[in-house]
Amino acid sequence: MTKNPLKVADEVVIERDDLQQILQVLGDDGYQTIGPVIREGSMEYGELKTVAQLPIGWRDEQGPGTYRLKKSEAPSLFGYVVGAHSWKRYLYPSIARLWRSERDGSGFRVSEEKDQSHVYAFFGVRSCEISAIDVLDRVFNNEQFSDSIYNGIRKKAFILAVNCTSPAGTCFCASMNTGPRAKTGFDIALTELLDNGRHCFLAEVGSERGASVLNKVTFRAAGEEDDKALARGLLEGALRQMGRTLDTSNLKTIFSDNFDHPQWEKVSGRCLTCGNCTMVCPTCFCHSIEDKTALDGQYAERWRKWDSCFTKDFSYIHGGSIRSSEKSRYRQWLTHKLVTWMEQFGTLGCVGCGRCITWCPVGIDITEEAKAIMEKPNTL
Amino acid sequence: MNALIRDQMSPAACVIQRFKKETQDTFTIELSPPVEGSSFHPGQFNMLYMYGVGEVPISISGDPGDTDRIIHTIRAYGAVTSRMMTLKKQDMIGVRGPFGSHWPVEDLAGRDILFVAGGIGIAPLRPALFHILNNRARYGKVLLLYGERTPGDLIYRNQIERWRGRFDLELEVTVDSAREGWRGNVGVVTTLMPRIVLDPSNTFAMLCGPEIMMHYTLQELMKKGLKDDQIYISMERNMRCGIGFCGHCQLGTAFVCKDGPVFLLSQVKHLFRKREL
Repeated sequence: MTKNPLKVADEVVIERDDLQQILQVLGDDGYQTIGPVIREGSMEYGELKTVAQLPIGWRDEQGPGTYRLKKSEAPSLFGYVVGAHSWKRYLYPSIARLWRSERDGSGFRVSEEKDQSHVYAFFGVRSCEISAIDVLDRVFNNEQFSDSIYNGIRKKAFILAVNCTSPAGTCFCASMNTGPRAKTGFDIALTELLDNGRHCFLAEVGSERGASVLNKVTFRAAGEEDDKALARGLLEGALRQMGRTLDTSNLKTIFSDNFDHPQWEKVSGRCLTCGNCTMVCPTCFCHSIEDKTALDGQYAERWRKWDSCFTKDFSYIHGGSIRSSEKSRYRQWLTHKLVTWMEQFGTLGCVGCGRCITWCPVGIDITEEAKAIMEKPNTL
Repeated sequence: MNALIRDQMSPAACVIQRFKKETQDTFTIELSPPVEGSSFHPGQFNMLYMYGVGEVPISISGDPGDTDRIIHTIRAYGAVTSRMMTLKKQDMIGVRGPFGSHWPVEDLAGRDILFVAGGIGIAPLRPALFHILNNRARYGKVLLLYGERTPGDLIYRNQIERWRGRFDLELEVTVDSAREGWRGNVGVVTTLMPRIVLDPSNTFAMLCGPEIMMHYTLQELMKKGLKDDQIYISMERNMRCGIGFCGHCQLGTAFVCKDGPVFLLSQVKHLFRKREL
């Protein structure tokens, strides 16, 4: 090839049939490639070796408490948005052993886990999910400590973003300013272009790493009038198709003035405190620290596991739970996402992906709850 | 300080050099420090691991000037602390820490200091008092008010008797209820307030105890003219990691394990005593 090597911010076009080359190069470079695949009737993230494994020609219908994959007429590779999985499950594994220990006379010996960080390439990361990863970066690097499990995986991860051209009914990234187009935080970002018999991808280079991958695949120059203009049009259209909106200008009042708002009581009548929203949320980071001990007391392990603020045990101190009512636990979750997170991490904890709305078994909608509180403040 | 989580999450096995039963349900353990040493600031806590049972956050209650030992006074409340009560000399206990914020004793030189302790709350305050007594000339008037449930629950009894003999420390003890034979004060700790004299322009207060006790103490201190930026309180929440990652200890905007447990009242006044926050 005699082309000039690509640089950061360059845009080129990759034909649909050449997309496999990216997966190939990433695999050859030692990455374990993970991407969207269909499992048990929904889109999940799993090992992705070939483009053919993608949910080709599927789109998703999402609403409060509903998720359905539907066959679409277009043979698009990325016609759906996000499912129950997020990249959190790879960056911040749901269970991780921290150490093992053995009895040693009257004492014990602790052996720490060896670094087993996987080297992942995430294929098909949505813009809201990139924002969620940025949120987790802040969570797991506080002013005093860094989490080695998260950061070990995160630093090595390759991010191939896919811009959203058809948001789902529960999406509100436009309100949260986190999408639908990925602006930073990726190595490569693709926009799928599918019209009039053409099927290709506009690829933007986001990093040196991304450039070196793209330099090894077949591409052509992107046309200003056709390719780039089409991509722009699709993304502008996506902005107008958001299924949900959330006014973020007044979020602080949810916590400061409306701690005793009657809406908390109302929503708690529907909330099952099942914790689904916290499990599917791409930014929820809380975990428990649990010990497992052999029956003979000679061996013990310490694990951390995803935990949810919806359990009563979560806030237990001697004498009982701080948040014993369902109302207080829903309030904790929502105010953390939309208010207190800002002071803790300098960003909101919600990226507008809509997962908590879709996967709530009773269809509680965070945007509706926040609205109910903000639009009718508790003036009693 | 940018330590890795696994270092922070791995307890060091420390040998118990001394085990002292303070009361029926409260005991003090003295540990030989791990190789990394035992330096801490008054008000900080360690995560203590009872092998095979579990881990609990416990304030450090020794003298910060003495780095040869780690001292914890523990009240047996739950599964872990009750099992810890069965420990004896030469047994081992896991230690990670120290974690959290501290009583700002260094910054308060020249000031009058008021300590108000409710029950086991005296244990996290004791290192600050040790520091001040070690550097007595650098501080003004020093007062300690200590409220307990009954005379039999009073901890650090011998030490309190010695402290009462000092002319440079005012100390008042009260109990919620007592039988015949107790000749001291009876009543909650706030009943001691009317008899103390504070200079509101130069006094800083440090409070540790049940929230309800701190709540009423704060009201009394306000009446005496103390402001929100003259009062420090120590908060308690569920803590699992101690380093601000597990999320359990959240109190509104604060992570009690890393932003606390010691807070300036003005930092948390809007969060304090909010039901089920």
